[in-house]
Amino acid sequence: MAEGKTELSGPKKCGPYISSVTSRSVNLMIRGVVLFLIGVFLALVLNLLQIQRNVTLFPPDVIASIFSSAWWVPPCCGTASAVIGLLYPCIDRHLGEPHKFKREWSSVMRCVAVFVGINHASAKVDFDNNIQLSLTLAALSIGLWWTFDRSRSGFGLGVGIAFLATLVTQLLVYNGVYQYTSPDFLYVRSWLPCIFFAGGITMGNIGRQLALYECKVIAEKSHQE
Amino acid sequence: MTLTEKLREKISRAFYNHGLLCASYPIPIILFTGLCIVACCYPLLKLPLPGTGPVEFTTPVKDYFPPPVDPDHKQGEPSEQPEWYVGAPVAYIQQIFVKSSVSPWHKDLLAVDVFRSPLSRAFQLVEEIRNHVLRDSSGTRSLEDVCLQVTDLLPGLRKLRNVLPEHGCLLLSPGNFWQNDRERFHADPDIIGTIHQHEPKTLQTSATLKDLLFGVPGKYSGVSLYTRRRMVSYTITLVFRQYHAKFLGNLRGRLMLLHPSPNCSLRAESLVHVHFKEEIGIAELIPLVTTYIILFAYIYFSTRKIDMVKSKWGLALAAVVTVLSSLLMSVGLCTLFGLTPTLNGGEIFPYLVVVIGLENVLVLTKSVVSTPVDLEVKLRIAQGLSNESWSIMKNVATELGIILIGYFTLVPAIQEFCLFAVVGLVSDFFLQMLFFTTVLSIDIRRMELADLNKRLPPEACLPHAKPLGRTARHERSSALRPSTPHTITLQPSSFRNLRLPKRLRVVYFLARTRLAQRLIMAGTVVWIGILVYTDPAGLRTYLAAQVTEQSPLGEGALAPVPVPSGVLPASHPDPAFSIFPPDPPKPAENQTSLREPPGPVGPAEGVPDSPGPEVTWGPEDEELWRKLSFRHWPTLFSYYNITLAKRYISLLPVIPVTLRLNPREALEGRHPQDGQSAWPPLGPGPAYSGLWETNPKGPGGTQAHRDITLYKVAALGLAAGIVLVLLLLCLYRVLCPRNYGQPGRPGRRKRGELPCDDYGYAPPETEIVPLVLRGHLMDIECLASDGMLLVSCCLAGHVCVWDAQTGDCLTRIPRPGQRQDSGVGSVFEAQESWERLSDGGKGGPEESGDSPPLQLHHRGPLPPSLFEDQPDLTSLIDTNFSAQSRLQPPEPTQPEPRHRAGCGRAPDTRGYDFSLLVQRVYQEERLPPSPALPLASEEEGAASPEKGPSPVWAPSADGSIWSLELQGSLVVVGRSSGRLEVWDAIEGGLCCSSEEVSSGITALVFLDRRIVAARLNGSLDFFSLETHTALSPLQFRGAPGRGSVPTSPVYSSSGLVACRLTHTVPCAHQKPITALKAAAGRLVTGSQDHTLRVFRLEDSCCLFTLQGHSGAVTTVYIDQTMVLASGGQDGAICLWDVLTGSRVSHMFAHRGDVTSLTCTASCVISSGLDDLISIWDRSTSIKLYSIQQDLGCGASLGVISDNLLVTGGQGCVSFWDLNYGDLLQTVYLGKSSEAQPARQILVLDNSAIVCNFGSELSLVYVPSVLEKLD
Repeated sequence: MAEGKTELSGPKKCGPYISSVTSRSVNLMIRGVVLFLIGVFLALVLNLLQIQRNVTLFPPDVIASIFSSAWWVPPCCGTASAVIGLLYPCIDRHLGEPHKFKREWSSVMRCVAVFVGINHASAKVDFDNNIQLSLTLAALSIGLWWTFDRSRSGFGLGVGIAFLATLVTQLLVYNGVYQYTSPDFLYVRSWLPCIFFAGGITMGNIGRQLALYECKVIAEKSHQE
Repeated sequence: MTLTEKLREKISRAFYNHGLLCASYPIPIILFTGLCIVACCYPLLKLPLPGTGPVEFTTPVKDYFPPPVDPDHKQGEPSEQPEWYVGAPVAYIQQIFVKSSVSPWHKDLLAVDVFRSPLSRAFQLVEEIRNHVLRDSSGTRSLEDVCLQVTDLLPGLRKLRNVLPEHGCLLLSPGNFWQNDRERFHADPDIIGTIHQHEPKTLQTSATLKDLLFGVPGKYSGVSLYTRRRMVSYTITLVFRQYHAKFLGNLRGRLMLLHPSPNCSLRAESLVHVHFKEEIGIAELIPLVTTYIILFAYIYFSTRKIDMVKSKWGLALAAVVTVLSSLLMSVGLCTLFGLTPTLNGGEIFPYLVVVIGLENVLVLTKSVVSTPVDLEVKLRIAQGLSNESWSIMKNVATELGIILIGYFTLVPAIQEFCLFAVVGLVSDFFLQMLFFTTVLSIDIRRMELADLNKRLPPEACLPHAKPLGRTARHERSSALRPSTPHTITLQPSSFRNLRLPKRLRVVYFLARTRLAQRLIMAGTVVWIGILVYTDPAGLRTYLAAQVTEQSPLGEGALAPVPVPSGVLPASHPDPAFSIFPPDPPKPAENQTSLREPPGPVGPAEGVPDSPGPEVTWGPEDEELWRKLSFRHWPTLFSYYNITLAKRYISLLPVIPVTLRLNPREALEGRHPQDGQSAWPPLGPGPAYSGLWETNPKGPGGTQAHRDITLYKVAALGLAAGIVLVLLLLCLYRVLCPRNYGQPGRPGRRKRGELPCDDYGYAPPETEIVPLVLRGHLMDIECLASDGMLLVSCCLAGHVCVWDAQTGDCLTRIPRPGQRQDSGVGSVFEAQESWERLSDGGKGGPEESGDSPPLQLHHRGPLPPSLFEDQPDLTSLIDTNFSAQSRLQPPEPTQPEPRHRAGCGRAPDTRGYDFSLLVQRVYQEERLPPSPALPLASEEEGAASPEKGPSPVWAPSADGSIWSLELQGSLVVVGRSSGRLEVWDAIEGGLCCSSEEVSSGITALVFLDRRIVAARLNGSLDFFSLETHTALSPLQFRGAPGRGSVPTSPVYSSSGLVACRLTHTVPCAHQKPITALKAAAGRLVTGSQDHTLRVFRLEDSCCLFTLQGHSGAVTTVYIDQTMVLASGGQDGAICLWDVLTGSRVSHMFAHRGDVTSLTCTASCVISSGLDDLISIWDRSTSIKLYSIQQDLGCGASLGVISDNLLVTGGQGCVSFWDLNYGDLLQTVYLGKSSEAQPARQILVLDNSAIVCNFGSELSLVYVPSVLEKLD
């Protein structure tokens, strides 16, 4: 228990708080659940953002439109975000380069806000063509990474996630499980990788912060005073 | 110097100057900034208010044609027509406004008659309208040709299928309630019930079915049993698809011909176009709300980091104000330069705030508060600014760069966003520099003032006798202040311990966060808000009306002359007030139906017929639709799945229709059930009818009815809330019976009121009877121990040596009277003899059977006949013995003379006689073994104090004891006179002394035969102890029982001990040395000159001078691991690296002096004058938690092991788990010590704790700890 603790977050920073209360697995589970919920919530909200253009003023089924996409999409997003959020601190640890850049909740909140903003822009702003949209979103995503992450592992993982997720979506669409209203590039929207990249960075940020939070419990509390 | 460095320096200097400026002239700068903000926001006034209220535009009816779809005529007068006025409207709405009354009103008419027959006329009117056909040259046109044909209702509205028309013209009238079937109406016994059957039960009444069909607001319709105005008004609403002027004119003319309105002043000149904005649906609301939640979380997490300032909330507010006003300025400036915002402000606002961010503000705050506190405010601000100048500039530049990149995406929306953001960033920077910095300087200044005020009282009551910055424990205890219980003020809740059951923890969590109360409060607020907003008479309509009125286009539509109805008589000749519609020809017979205006009619008793209400048409009737909910039309059209969002409708001028019915018609239309007094006739007496006349526009019955409902609901909600709160209170009381969460408990903690931790968890209370060491008469000042022995010294100057295991008093060294007179060696013997004497006295027959040390407890009531009581006298009568002994006769028998006699060197003769006597006693005493003393000697010895207590021990030139150290069996005493004395603890004899310097010894270190004395004048003396005979381990110990092996060598006093001054550091510090500690071959001194010095013990060589405190150093800690910690009067704790002399960390710990400081392997424990004990993480310097101490017990703490902390309280000691901050146990130390606070705690090696309760010492063994340690 104790060694798990120290392994988790370095011997210096952590008091023995966690070790006595939660074992590492419980810890992991709590974090996973939190990340899952965040993922589901974001998926629902962003989905709504994407479809709201087609919603009439007084639709009879407003609530239904929230769940208008397939039922399995939010859980999938949740699971993915849980995996990503747990993967980031794990990789940080294995690479031995702990993430030190802007590790604060306010920064994480900023990151989430920018992520939602990117989605918002992709949904609402009228672009001339898809290339412009994709380029803009790519620039925004890289900007997000630069502003809030700046770690090589974060970038690599983000790119990997974007690639994988796009591939999965591609496969799904190809098999007709899921469909977009207006695919512009090989059955998928071309901006999808950017969104996935930004989402990966965001969830990784949250996951890192959650992992850090255990150690920083003390600090946070004392800051509150 | 590279360019970057040059730039950096320049920026830094500029910021420094700017900081000085800001802090020097705060008020003018804030005023200037405020002016700037107002000036920049001024263009915002031109912008339309954001809102979803409809916008109006009025065009004259004459030669109206629908605007073309293609807005190519824009170059004409762009300001004249709004942008949305393009293309044909969704629909033209023609309202036919029917006002109807039964007149003359007959006395035996029922209340139902007011509206039954008028409503029945609606069917006839609808028939007329439906059958209206325009025949002209182009052919015939019926209503069906021009009206808006509607299809199905929305699937969710099936219950309205009977009421609202489907598959045909959209024509609404009250007749729709009865499917436009007159027979149904006549067969309906309960008209009101039918009308209200579709009314929603809730209060959400934005546009109900009744409003839709009646076309007038509910309170104007007059269809009520309680109306006082017997006039019914309703509209028949026709919706046209296209504007057919001829058809409409024809219809209007015909209706006005058929039902003339005599005194109608409606102008019917203008066509009002109402444009509806896009409404925010739930689907859009959820993402919006999400972004706002994220925004607030961001602001919360950001402002939470503001620390160490006077008013956190104030600064947080200032930060938010900075960001918000910079955004406003940004929009204002952009508007000023001609950019019209097209983005939805509410949507992009959170993103703008996030982009601009609060980071710089926080960085600024942090930088400023981490500057040295003792600097002037101006300089602090300036330094803080210049420290962070580079990073702030870099940040701003980076953000500007990123945003500029965004500007080149060439997407209009993003460009606009970026433009706003850039201007916002610049204005934010401006505001940060001017506004926030100034606010910060004001805040810091306030904090300094507050600190000053807070620190003053404890300093003011410091004793003047002691110039040292010692802890003012005794003085502070007298200050009256409500003591606070032991609470750990800060704790991570969930990670702490598992001692409590989960259920209780949940409950405590709920109770601690007041979650339920807060939820209820929030819910109530939201609910009230919803009520206020959605109420038809509430905010929403008001706002809508405001918006409508404020829109400049709508104003023209309003009638300028507010003519109240009723004052306009029918035959009023003034054309200015009665402008009749020009087109309908006025029939002649309308004059006959006119009556005289009622005027002020008194109570018309006995008059069977009262005149009916005057049907008047005022200008307000023209715009009656304005009084409808602004959702009226969108609701109506949404029923047919037609959205009005971003489209407009045109309202044609209403067609007034006046229906006059005589009582006969009213009676004819009556339903048989109406008469069955289902509703008693209104106005049973003439007084009522009179009232009707005089007050025809009284509050409508429905309005009162609705108000009552509102009040009922409000009262119900209030009651429910109260009940819930009470319930919660009960729950809270039941579940949290302990007095947790009441920080300001009055008075000191009573017995049974337990100290408890965060959860209100109070550990099992235990009470043990400690070994009370009594013997001092005044408060104990100094305590020292080496684990086996315990030395204490009280204010009166007595030194007692106790056995730390048994609590026996081994030796008492009284206050020396004439130390100067007696030689060093001789005193030693005399002291020893006195010791024997006192021992003998204790064992005397008077108190036979009691072992000497325990007698101390029972000796109180005895007459002062023993030597042991002499200290009592000494402190009671505190005179200068050395002066008096010469003046007074030799009668008083005191130990000091005897001592002198013992040593056989009495300087003055008077004392000499007496000393002889004592010497004899002493010799006699020595002969027999101690338990059996001869009576005579005992009596002799006992007699001595009775002779006169007056010349007792006095504060001699020796001065009081300021410091005390104990090692082995040697006690080192430092006196205020600068005299250093080494006493034998067991024998009680003075081994040697040294008084070269007359400056008082403020601190002592006795380590390995080396004594270091720190003096008041800042010098440092190193002594070494030399024994001429080899020191042999001492055999005699008070109680050999459970002693552990003594840590230091115990020297027997048999050999001659000499104390030699080896080295003197004459000016180690400029000011008195206040703290002195030695460990690991290093000696650390802390002084009032704000510095610390580190010396090597062997060669007294000064290694480092440590500067970092901004106040006098009050306490120093060093241990074998070379960790050096120091605390100062500035409330700061510094951790140093002894090897390099560098400061490892610096933390502001206390408000007020740091009084004591200890370190364990993982944490630093500090206590301050603020009665707080704070526990810090040693490596990260993060405060883990703090413990609020009882008043006066601030400095009483001790560390037993690495994870066990002892603190003292009122008559008790508490044990804390250091790692978790848990209160483990509170031990009450007997009843007698209840009122006394434990001022000092000394932890001995064998887990005994010595607490200092005033003049008593309590020796506590901790059984659990003993087990743990052994």
